[in-house]
Amino acid sequence: MASHVSSPGSTAAGGGTTATTWLLRVLVVGYLVMLVVWPTAYLLRHTFAHGFESLQAVLQDPDVTHALTLTGQVAVAAVVINLVFGMVVSLLLVRYDFPGKRVLSWLIDLPLSASPVVVGLALLLVYSPIYGWFGPTLRNNGIEVIFAKPGIIMATCFVALPLIIREIVPVLEELGDDQEQAARSLGANAWQTFWRVTLPGIRWAVAYGVVLSLARSLGEFGAVKVVSGNVKGQTETATKVVERTYQSQDLDASYAVAFMLVFAAVVCLVVVALLRTRDEKEKA
Amino acid sequence: MTATVSVDGRSARARRPARSTSGSARKLTATSGLGLGVAMIWFSLLVLIPLAAVVVKASGGGWSTFEHVLTNASTFRALRFTLVMAVIATVLNAVMGTVIAWVLVRDRFPGKGLLDLVIDIPFALPTIVAGLVMLSLYGPGSPLGVNVYGTKPGVFLAIAFVTLPFVVRTVQPVLEALETDAEEAAASLGASRFTTLRRIVLPSLTPAIFAGASLSFARAISEYGSVVLLSGNRAGTAVASTRTYSYIEGGNTAAAAAIAVVLLVVALLAIIVLDVLQRRMARHG
Repeated sequence: MASHVSSPGSTAAGGGTTATTWLLRVLVVGYLVMLVVWPTAYLLRHTFAHGFESLQAVLQDPDVTHALTLTGQVAVAAVVINLVFGMVVSLLLVRYDFPGKRVLSWLIDLPLSASPVVVGLALLLVYSPIYGWFGPTLRNNGIEVIFAKPGIIMATCFVALPLIIREIVPVLEELGDDQEQAARSLGANAWQTFWRVTLPGIRWAVAYGVVLSLARSLGEFGAVKVVSGNVKGQTETATKVVERTYQSQDLDASYAVAFMLVFAAVVCLVVVALLRTRDEKEKA
Repeated sequence: MTATVSVDGRSARARRPARSTSGSARKLTATSGLGLGVAMIWFSLLVLIPLAAVVVKASGGGWSTFEHVLTNASTFRALRFTLVMAVIATVLNAVMGTVIAWVLVRDRFPGKGLLDLVIDIPFALPTIVAGLVMLSLYGPGSPLGVNVYGTKPGVFLAIAFVTLPFVVRTVQPVLEALETDAEEAAASLGASRFTTLRRIVLPSLTPAIFAGASLSFARAISEYGSVVLLSGNRAGTAVASTRTYSYIEGGNTAAAAAIAVVLLVVALLAIIVLDVLQRRMARHG
């Protein structure tokens, strides 16, 4: 059966019959078209079925614009918090020795394996103003977490927590700390060493992690849905608008808001791809 | 070059464990100690204490909470459906993901780069949009004449969509790094293509396939956003996470926490089972 027909340029090393090659090719392309390409294309088709009308219509709905603004604000806040936290933890994990380091490194990945609904439940159990562990005390001091912006931001922070750390840690390890030691021995203080030596070395990893976190934060649904209360025009986020409008048969609005989220995600993807090529060019 | 993009964050590329680089790690200073303290307080408030609260809540009522949850007919059905679906999706991904990675690495045809980009779409899209994407082609008014809204195949479709990239993205880099010398040698010694594949290529890919498979299983049992629209609130199509949400909405947080703990146990068991399977395959080739 192994007929050694390796026509030049057809398949890479390993040989293989042309029939098998074609079979696999068709199988893969067919699978991806049916599962991803065609459905995604149809989403776009639905969105622009009446030109830009449905987009314009949703942008005039104050509830929708409020949701989009809220999602934007929450995503930015969550990314900033995760950036600061991520930088500190990455530096600690790679450059310092302290008891419990391995455990921390393992715990950091926990949010990736938790179901979004469970994340929401976890936050409720601690911060709910009625039955939470800390919630009632916080409310007596005038701090609302659940059903308010802080809770939405926390839920978003939770699910995107490890992303920046996962990007920075391998790069920090690869860089080593020779240059940092050199800077210090030449009299630079910790702050100068960080700004002048460490940060430039990891800037692409940081940028990459930030974009990934931003995309994840804009699109979070389950965890936010549990803690936000979903009050139209107040605590409802963009992803929740997609669900609400779909369930109330307002399909045009649903597709339009979904398209905006997709657009944001695609922009993030493109930025990430550009950062990657730039990073690789610099390394070369 | 293939950009391994994973906007979702459940990245296929496993992070190397943080380890101190050959004795260069330093003892904590005052500043870094303070940083560690503040970071730990935030991490505890955000992640550790809340997750502990789930476990405490679930175990607070002793076995009776778990018994109540597991003997509830619709919850049990949802858990069983979630598990069966996750297993099928994982097997499908293990096979299709490997085939896709193979074609992306070894085959060459125009438009392949675009295909590589397509793999990232499921990670990039918000989960609720992923559900809407599935409904736009396979939902009500589908041009294909099918309607998976509120059906089990519909929910499965959503799971297959969101878990697509895991195996592809773990196998792809390994396959790229794999030298073809051994394959050529085997072929020149008269091994058939199938034998070469089974004895030379697959063994080197097995760890990557299993790593991707366990990621996609974990995602499949915990998925919520993409399933919500497709399940259409029908009892037969409820999955574990939609049941959890119903319990939370109904104010029964103990039951919700119990499901969360059951899922956690299932995830741990799956890791063990996959590990045993992988060892066995490594031994028998």
